[in-house]
Amino acid sequence: MINIFNVAYKNLLRKKARSGLTVIGISLAAWVLVSLLGFNRGYESSLNRDIDNLGFQMIVTAKGCPYEAATLMLKGGTGLRYMPQSITEQITREPEVERITAMLMQAVFDPNKGESGGYSAYLGVDPATFPQMKSFLEFKQGNWFTNPDALEAVLGYEAAELEQREVGDLLLITEKNVEVKVVGILKRTGTQDDGTIFLPLNAVQKIFGINNELTGIGIKVKKEADIARFEEKMYKLPDVQVVSLSQVKQTIMTLVSTAKVMVFSIALIAILISVVGVINTILMSVMERLQEIGILKSMGATAWDIFKLIWLETLMLCISGGVIGSALAMATAKLTEILIRQLLPYSPSGGLVQITLPLVSLTFGVVIIIGILSGIYPSWKAGRVRPLEAIRSQVE
Amino acid sequence: MNENGKKVLEAEHLVKIYRRGSEEIPAVNDVSLSVEVGEFVSFVGPSGSGKTTLINILGCLDNPTSGRLVLADRTVVDNGEVLSESSLTKIRREIFGYIFQKFYLIPTLTVIENIMLPFTFYKKPGAENEVARIMKLMEIDHRKEHLPGQISGGEMQRVAIARALVNRPSILLADEPTGNLDTRRSQEIGGLLKGLNEKEGITIILVTHNPALASMADRIIEIRDGKIHTKGMALS
Repeated sequence: MINIFNVAYKNLLRKKARSGLTVIGISLAAWVLVSLLGFNRGYESSLNRDIDNLGFQMIVTAKGCPYEAATLMLKGGTGLRYMPQSITEQITREPEVERITAMLMQAVFDPNKGESGGYSAYLGVDPATFPQMKSFLEFKQGNWFTNPDALEAVLGYEAAELEQREVGDLLLITEKNVEVKVVGILKRTGTQDDGTIFLPLNAVQKIFGINNELTGIGIKVKKEADIARFEEKMYKLPDVQVVSLSQVKQTIMTLVSTAKVMVFSIALIAILISVVGVINTILMSVMERLQEIGILKSMGATAWDIFKLIWLETLMLCISGGVIGSALAMATAKLTEILIRQLLPYSPSGGLVQITLPLVSLTFGVVIIIGILSGIYPSWKAGRVRPLEAIRSQVE
Repeated sequence: MNENGKKVLEAEHLVKIYRRGSEEIPAVNDVSLSVEVGEFVSFVGPSGSGKTTLINILGCLDNPTSGRLVLADRTVVDNGEVLSESSLTKIRREIFGYIFQKFYLIPTLTVIENIMLPFTFYKKPGAENEVARIMKLMEIDHRKEHLPGQISGGEMQRVAIARALVNRPSILLADEPTGNLDTRRSQEIGGLLKGLNEKEGITIILVTHNPALASMADRIIEIRDGKIHTKGMALS
C-alpha cells in the first residue's frame, strides 16, 4: 500500500544527483557541527583532567610571563626562572596549606635526540612529597627513588619508550656527562607525566649546580580553606607569582577561545549554506512539479497534504544528511583530533574530540530544525497553488 | 444510460471573464446545461472556443465569474459566490475523476503505485478492493510493476484513467484524453470510455477535437465563442 512517505522518498529519487548533492551539503554541515561540539566538550574535559592530575591546585613560580608559566606547568615543567628554596618554609607555615612539593626543572640539549638533536627536560621532585601528591601514579616497572640524593630516574611511559630504557638501564644526561640509573617506569596516565623524566630534587640541584633554588612549588590547599584569600597572601610574597590552576585553565581557554569562535563561525556559515541549499533544492523541485501538484490537488489532496509531502521530502534530505554527517564525524574523530592538535598552541592529553550520544542527538535536533525551517517556505508555496494554475503552468 | 433522469450536474448562466488590462474577454458566456447520472456528454468546438474553460468550471478546477453550479445536489457556485477551497477539495475528491491530455504519471512510482496514488490523500471506504478490477478493466494488470517509462503512451493513458477511477467518482472529466495518442490508441481509449459509461454507469464529460471520439457520446455539445452553439445533438 502506497503512503505519503513512499511518495516523498520516490520523489527525491527523481533527481538523484541534486538530492545527493543536497544531502552531501547537509552532511558536511552536520559533520562540522558534531566535530566542533565534540572538540568543545573533549578539550575542556581533557584540560580539566590534566589539571586534576597535577595533584595540586596552585603553583608558585619565580616572576615571569604567566602564559609561558601556565603552558610549562601543563607540559609537566615549571617556569625556568628561579626562586629561593627557603620560600617553601614560608609557604608551609600558612594555615591553608595541606602539603607542598618543591620542583626544579632543567633542560639540556641532546644531539642524539631525533634527526637534528633536541632538548631533554628533567624534573627534579621531592621524593618525600611528590609521590604523595601524585598518588594516582602507578608503576609499570620498579618504584620511586631509593633515597633523596640518589642518581636515579623514574621515566614516564612515553619517555621510557622514546629513550628505549627499562628499569636497571643507565640514562646519560648530556652536557653534564652524568649517568643516572632508571629505577622506575610509570604506567600510561594519558597526561603530560607520560613524557616526563623525574629525578630526585637534590640530584638535579647537584648535577646542574643549582643550590637552594627552585623553579616551582606545587601547593595542595586544605579542603576547607578559602583559596581566594590564600592566593592574595601568596601574591604578597616577593619575586614570585602565583598561578592557580583555575587561572591556568582560564588562560588556556582564553587562548583557544578565539580559535573556537572562528571555527564556530565557520560551522554557522556551513549550516546557513546548507539551509539555502535545501531551500533551493526543494523550491526547484516544487517548481518543476507544479503540474503534478495540480494533479494531486485534483485527486483531492488538500493544501496541508501537499505541505506535508514537500515538508517530508525536506526532512528526509536533512535526516539523511544528519545521519551521514554524524557517522562521518564519528569515523573521522581521530583525524580531526590530529588536525586540531597541529593548530592549537596547547592541547591537553587525552581525547580532544569526544563525540557522545547526547551530542549526536543535539546535532540531529539542529539538523531537523534546519529541515523544518527550510522546508516551510517551499511547502507553503506548493500547498497554496491552485490546481488549475498548477496544471496550466508548464503547458502554456 | 440515465438513472431515472436524475441530474448530477446543473449549470445556469455560467460566465467566465478573463481580463487583459482594461479588456474583458468572455471565455464562457452565459452557458446553461445539465448532465444526467450515467450520461456520456462530449464538448466539441474549435481551439479557443472555451470548452476547456467550461469543463474546468464544471469540474471545480476553476471558478466562474458569475452563474450557478449544482453538483450532486450540492450548490458549488451561486451567483458567482464559490465555496471555500477546502469545500471544493472535498467535492473534487468525492465526485470527480480527471483525465488530461498529458498523463501526469509520477515516473518513479510503478503503475500500481500511480493508480493508488489518490489513496495517499483520500480513500472512499472499500475503494482499495476495486484496484485489481479496474486494472483488469483497463487491461494493464500485467504492467502493474512497471514504471511509466517502460510502457506505451496508450498504456500510460489507461493508467491515468485507472487512477481517476480508483475512488469510484460519480463523474469522469476527460479533457482531450487522446490528444497525445495515435489514431489506433485513440480508438482504444474511446472504446474504454464508452465501456466505462455503458458497463459501469459512470457519467462522462469529455472535451475533444476528435470527431470519432466525440461521436461515442450520448450527446454532443458544440461550443463556439464561449457559448453553446449546438446542444443535445445525439449521434449514434
